[in-house]
Amino acid sequence: MPEQSFSDQTLWIVIIGLALGSFALRFGFLGMVGSRAMPEWLLRHLRYSAVAIIPALVTPLVLWPDATGGQIDPIRLATAMVTLTVAYWRKNVLWGILAGAVTLVGLPLLLD
Amino acid sequence: MPASTLHRRFARGALDSTPFILVAGPFGMLFGVLATEAGLNLFETMAFSVAVFAGAAQFTALQLMQEQAPTLIALISALAVNLRVAMYSAALTPYLGQASLLTRAFAAYLLVDQSYALSHAKFEAEPKMPLPEKIAYYFGTAAVITPLWMVASFVGAVLGNAIPSDAGLDFALPIAFIAMTGPMLRTPAHVVAALVACSCAIPAAWLPFNLGLIVAGLTGMLAGAQAELWFEARKERTA
Repeated sequence: MPEQSFSDQTLWIVIIGLALGSFALRFGFLGMVGSRAMPEWLLRHLRYSAVAIIPALVTPLVLWPDATGGQIDPIRLATAMVTLTVAYWRKNVLWGILAGAVTLVGLPLLLD
Repeated sequence: MPASTLHRRFARGALDSTPFILVAGPFGMLFGVLATEAGLNLFETMAFSVAVFAGAAQFTALQLMQEQAPTLIALISALAVNLRVAMYSAALTPYLGQASLLTRAFAAYLLVDQSYALSHAKFEAEPKMPLPEKIAYYFGTAAVITPLWMVASFVGAVLGNAIPSDAGLDFALPIAFIAMTGPMLRTPAHVVAALVACSCAIPAAWLPFNLGLIVAGLTGMLAGAQAELWFEARKERTA
């Protein structure tokens, strides 16, 4: 069993909190029949929530990876670039993951 | 309404969702593997996938818990990643809002990218479709993907126990996040949102309590919304 770096209590708070929160987000508008339309400015910001938060989350992970003790690593930078390029070009998550995995594993072998 | 019509709608929804099997299957498995590598047992991993049922949000929460971010930050960030389902909920309300409360509650639980995208396109194309047929189609779109997500998480968790924990999976989560972003960059405004969020995340990384993520994410959202207005205004000028 791998070591868990956070407490079980934290885990269950997150699971239950996320379950309730996600349901509230999903049910919110569908649940309120005849609710007025959401204001356009709010919809406009919601449209960019995932495409902003995920890159914000991933940037430090790419620049300062844990595995290298926070040092910039050319292999992981290249992996990130290849993953993004392929996922964007093919409009497909899986092709991106595959290309990234091949780069991460293959590039060090190639450079050896 | 003949039952066969409803069955046909339901089957059609399920059939239309089959291309997404290729995404939900491997993605659910990846969650199972990484959750196990993070130290979750089988029951915890399954509780996560069944109760939350939101891929990107689950991955986000997992990452932040491993960074030992404050619990509140992990929750807010994962919910922020999932904010788009509120938009889906609003968009489906004109079509499904008249259904019974229980039906709407189930429909809400099953609201994910795939069920939204397929159903919204269908209801827009066939606005005259009666409500029961709409409901049948909607549940059809979720009928394959939802159990698949659970089963795939389970298989991933079992696999994760068999994989040694030093198998170099440290970068699997970043790769998954980056690959998720690729297809999201649909318009120039989406690209602006992502670029601004990335650039803000670098200086903001020194903020305490992983607040940098919230600051950079919000800045990216604002930038995306402003860019959309700007691009639209420019299109109107040139049109």
